[in-house]
Amino acid sequence: MEFKVTPVMPQYIVTIGLEVHAQLNTRSKMFCGCAAEYGADPNTLTCPTCLGLPGALPVLNEAAIERTVLTGIMLGCTTPPVVKWDRKNYFYPDMPKNYQISQYDLPLCLGGGVPLYDLAYPKDAQRSIANPGKVVKLTRIHLEEDVAKSTHHDRFTTIDFNRAGTPLMEIVSEPDIDSAEEAFAYLNSLRQILIYGGVSDADMEKGQLRCDVNISVRPEGQKELGAKIELKNINSMSAVRRAIKAETSRQIDCLQRGEKLIQSTRRWDDDHGETTLMRTKEDAHDYRYFPDPDLLPVHTADILARVRAHVPELPHEKRARFERDYGCSTYDAGVLASDKALASYYEDAVAADAGVSAKKLANWVINDLLGVMNDNAIAITGCPVKPEQLSALVSTVESGKISGSQAKEVFNEMFQTRRSPEDIIKAKGFEQMNDAGALETMVDQIIAGAPDKVAEVRGGNEKAMNWFTGQVMKLSQGKANPKMVSELVRKRVLG
Amino acid sequence: MSAHAIDIQKAASLARLKLTPDEAALYESQLGKILDYMDVLARYDLGSVEPTAHAMPVHNVMRRDESRPSFTQDQALANAPKSSHHQFQIPKVVE
Ligand SMILES: [Zn+2]
Repeated sequence: MEFKVTPVMPQYIVTIGLEVHAQLNTRSKMFCGCAAEYGADPNTLTCPTCLGLPGALPVLNEAAIERTVLTGIMLGCTTPPVVKWDRKNYFYPDMPKNYQISQYDLPLCLGGGVPLYDLAYPKDAQRSIANPGKVVKLTRIHLEEDVAKSTHHDRFTTIDFNRAGTPLMEIVSEPDIDSAEEAFAYLNSLRQILIYGGVSDADMEKGQLRCDVNISVRPEGQKELGAKIELKNINSMSAVRRAIKAETSRQIDCLQRGEKLIQSTRRWDDDHGETTLMRTKEDAHDYRYFPDPDLLPVHTADILARVRAHVPELPHEKRARFERDYGCSTYDAGVLASDKALASYYEDAVAADAGVSAKKLANWVINDLLGVMNDNAIAITGCPVKPEQLSALVSTVESGKISGSQAKEVFNEMFQTRRSPEDIIKAKGFEQMNDAGALETMVDQIIAGAPDKVAEVRGGNEKAMNWFTGQVMKLSQGKANPKMVSELVRKRVLG
Repeated sequence: MSAHAIDIQKAASLARLKLTPDEAALYESQLGKILDYMDVLARYDLGSVEPTAHAMPVHNVMRRDESRPSFTQDQALANAPKSSHHQFQIPKVVE
C-alpha cells in the first residue's frame, strides 16, 4: 500500500542588518586641513598626511567628532566617557598608510535606534507596514577616514586621493530588520535624520551614503541565525530593495535544495539583478586592530554638553508640531516633515501671512507645488515660487477675490514666470468684482431684458434663477463674485 | 622558548613580510618574550588601575574645522612611479 505524503514547505525567517557609511559634511578632512570637497580636479586636495607620506601626523577634526556625537544624540545612543582611535590594518592601493584610522572597542556612539517613519517606506508598501512604529536597534556608530577613489581602466587602475582622509561615519545596525521594505525605510529615515542634523548631505547617488547589507535566512523554528552573507556595491535606495529581494530568494532556493550556506561576501550586480560571490569566510580579512599611537584619546563630557545644546527638532517631532499647531492632517504633516527643506519652505509660507490658513497652505504645497516640482525635476531649494508668494496666492483665493480655477492658472504662471500673484491677477483681469452697487446694476439690466424668465421664476421654477446668474457672469466677463450675484438675483427677482 | 604558540608565518604574511628561516626563528623568540612579559603583568591585580590607550596623560587635542591649501597636482604626483589622468597609476586591481 502506498501513502501519499504532502511535503510541508518550511517557512523561512529573513534577518537583515545594515552597515551604513555616511560622509560628514565638514569643511576639512578628518586628520588634515585639506578641503573635504566633492568634484575637484583629481589629486588637488592632498597633503603629506592624507597621502600617507612618512612622518606626517594626524590631528583630529573637532567638527567631525561633534557631528558624530550629535548623530548619536539624535538616535538615542550613549557616548562612552573616553573614546579612542585604532588602526585597521590592510593592504589596498586606496589606503596608502596600509592602515585606516578607525575606532575599534571605544567608538563615539553605542546602542540607540532608528525610527522607521511610515512615509519612509517604499510608496507601494506604505499601506501594508508589518511593524508600524518600529525602531531598528543600532549596535554602534564610529568615526573613521574615507579611502581614495580608484578608477579601473582596461589595463591599469588610477587613484585620486581627494577623498582619502575625509570623515566617514559608520552606522551599524543590529540584525533587527525583517524585510527589504524595512531596510528601505531604515535607510530613508536615517537619511532624513542625518539631513535634519546637518551632519551629512546623505545623497546615495553621490556616494555620500553607502550601504552594505548583511542577510541571513533560517527555517522557522530554528533558533540560531543562518549564515551571515554580506552584500556590497549597492548604490541607490531602490537597489537596496532589489538586492535584498534577489539575495533572499537565492538563499531560500539554496536551503530548499538542501545546500548549506556559508558565511561570505557577495557583490550586487544591479544590471543583471543578481549577486555573485566575492570571498568566503576562509579568506576573510584579519585587520589586527591596535590603538593608534599617533592620536590621543578623547574625553567626551564637554563635547556632549556642547552638542546637546544644538540638537535640532527631528522629523517625527516636526510632524507632530505641524499637526498640533497648523491643523495639518497626519499624512500632510508627514509629507512636509519628511524633507527638511520642504518643511522650512512651508513654515516660511505660513509665517509670511498671519491670516493665511495653514491647513489650506499645506494642501497647496503638497498637491500643487510638489506636483509641478516633481514634473519639472526641480528641488524645493530652487523653487521659482517664493514661500511668501504662495502664501499671498492662498490668501487671495481664500478671501474669494479670485476663483479656485483662476488660482490654479495664476499658480502655473507664477511657477513659469517667477512673477508675483498680484501682478498676474491684474494682468489677467482676474480681480473679482465685489462691488455690490455695480453688480446690482448688472442684475437689474438682465432682469429688465427678460420679463418672461422673471415670470417663470415667480411661477415656481427656482432653477431658472441660474440663468440670471449665468447672464450676469457673462456680462461681467467672469469677474463678478458668483456668490454675491446669486444672492442679488434671488433678492431682485423674487423681491 | 616561549609558552605561547606563535604562528610567525601567518603574522608575517598578514604584514606582507617574507622571512628567511633564520629571521622567522629570531622574531618568533622575540615576540614570545613580549607575550611572556604580559604573563608577568597578568600576575598583578590591576583592577584599580585605569586603562590607558596612550602613554601620555593628554587628551582632546583637536583642530578647528578649517581648510588650508593643499599640494598642487604636480606636487602630489611628484613621487608617483607612474601617473596618468592626473592620478597615480598602478597595476590593475580588482577585488
Ligand atoms: Zn590632507
